[in-house]
Amino acid sequence: MAEVLVVVEATREFGVKKVTLELLTLARDLGTPSAVVLGGPGAAAQLGEKLGEYGAEKIYAAEHEEIDGYLVAPKATVLAELVRRVQPAAVLLPSSQEGKEIAARLAVKLDNGVLTDVVGLAADGTATQVAFAGSTIVTSKVTRGLPLVTLRPNSVTPSAAPATPAVEQLDVVLGEADKLARVTDRVAEQKGSRPELTEASVVVSGGRGVGNADNFKLVEELADLLGGAVGASRAAVDSGFYPHQFQVGQTGKTVSPQLYVALGISGAIQHRAGMQTSKTIIAVDKDPEAPIFELADFGVVGDLFKVVPQAAEEIRKRK
Amino acid sequence: MNIVVLVKQVPDSGADRSLRSDDNTVDRGSANNVINEMDEYAIEEALRIKEAHGGEVTVLTMGPEKAAESIRKALSMGPDKAVHVLDDALHGSCAVATSKVLAAALGQLGADLVLCGAESTDGRVQVMPHMLAERLGIAALTGARKLTVDGTNLTVERQTEEGYEVVAASTPAVVSVWDTINEVRYPSFKGIMAAKKKPVQTLSLADLGVSADEVGTAGATSAVVEHRRRPPRSGGERFADDGTGGVKLVEFLATEKFV
Repeated sequence: MAEVLVVVEATREFGVKKVTLELLTLARDLGTPSAVVLGGPGAAAQLGEKLGEYGAEKIYAAEHEEIDGYLVAPKATVLAELVRRVQPAAVLLPSSQEGKEIAARLAVKLDNGVLTDVVGLAADGTATQVAFAGSTIVTSKVTRGLPLVTLRPNSVTPSAAPATPAVEQLDVVLGEADKLARVTDRVAEQKGSRPELTEASVVVSGGRGVGNADNFKLVEELADLLGGAVGASRAAVDSGFYPHQFQVGQTGKTVSPQLYVALGISGAIQHRAGMQTSKTIIAVDKDPEAPIFELADFGVVGDLFKVVPQAAEEIRKRK
Repeated sequence: MNIVVLVKQVPDSGADRSLRSDDNTVDRGSANNVINEMDEYAIEEALRIKEAHGGEVTVLTMGPEKAAESIRKALSMGPDKAVHVLDDALHGSCAVATSKVLAAALGQLGADLVLCGAESTDGRVQVMPHMLAERLGIAALTGARKLTVDGTNLTVERQTEEGYEVVAASTPAVVSVWDTINEVRYPSFKGIMAAKKKPVQTLSLADLGVSADEVGTAGATSAVVEHRRRPPRSGGERFADDGTGGVKLVEFLATEKFV
């Protein structure tokens, strides 16, 4: 069976991201998965075991300080070279900002179509996408070149299929055009313990009704009790209650967790665009007319400052 | 500094949107069409750079005839002029082909700095800045929440999952911005009146030296096979809090096995 290249996304702290395991699981339906690690020196060493556990038969490792030192372009150049050489059946990436950007450059380099934010991919390369704020389901295909696809996190249930991957080091040969956008610093703003927003199976979000930045502690507390990530509506972000990288909605992140809890969020279309494919939705808001209740599997019309502490207390009791 | 801002006209994301049943392209006919919201932040950033450093701001749009409305709206905020890439053959163009056309237009305009929104509200694909940078051989600084211009040196804070990256480049470059970068100004009455007289140049594919079979539905590198409406969610149980709302909520979580 032909190789399917999976571009690995990982963090220093948590290792291989869940979406990478989803990609490896998906790749097994299309061919033989090969994981591609693009990073600084030593990037692949910590990842091999996990990648093998989810079925990577091979690991291509491109490890060079210039890959980390410049934005996106070096990764696309190394990947394009690999694609030309091994002629894979498909190239799969995470639908993160960087995943889409690598795919963008690869599409131009190879004059190849690209499909982003895919939620399902059939063995024949037919992709499923959800468009227009979750209102439309689209099936689509790359019609020139190989299936070049970015997968939205939480689209596939990862399943293990142990393999013993062989590691092949790739040469990193970059041109001047790859070294135009220099990364001079990386600043962490987030405390480490919560799962990442787009990958979390539980998301607890706060909106304008939370009232102020300090009150977001309530949202965080419930998220932590449920092992979830914290999100925020645009109204909450614009009011300065919570940082922009946690914004869920049309101009923020799209999430699709097992459980989404909306606290003090009215549910404007702008917000619904980012969360309405969640499996189960719970809403707490004082306005019985709030559109969020039209989506919610369970809604409490009431004061979130009474309902949420009581819920937190009840969860603690049951633990 | 010669600044070009990419502006896309999109169906209003606050209204009902759909794909056409005949050719599976975005329905722009029945929809209320507006400037892609994120692009307004790019226009604002361009105007601020011009105000601080001098230069000229040009709006560049590829789109059908009715995109002219969005071009006037964009000009009313303060840019100097606009270029409208207009050609019937462009209908149904994929991102790869669109980048070919925009790169050709940018080549003619000779921009020092290309600004655009980080994504559009219709496709949300986020690929255009890097596709253009790849074609033009210039830097792409994407997802900026802050942009600093110092002569020909550009520095951005790029929003990431964990925090931000500081990324530096020299002009020429493409910079895409999030809505956190600034506060967009409202067009003044004077600005709206002035926009009517500002020059808008129309360029066809022939003007850009791009062949019609490389673009549009014919030249597309991907295609929508079919589309259908997702069944709307129906609301479930709703409970008016009587002092036990929190407990009821957890009971529901328990039946769904979340606690």
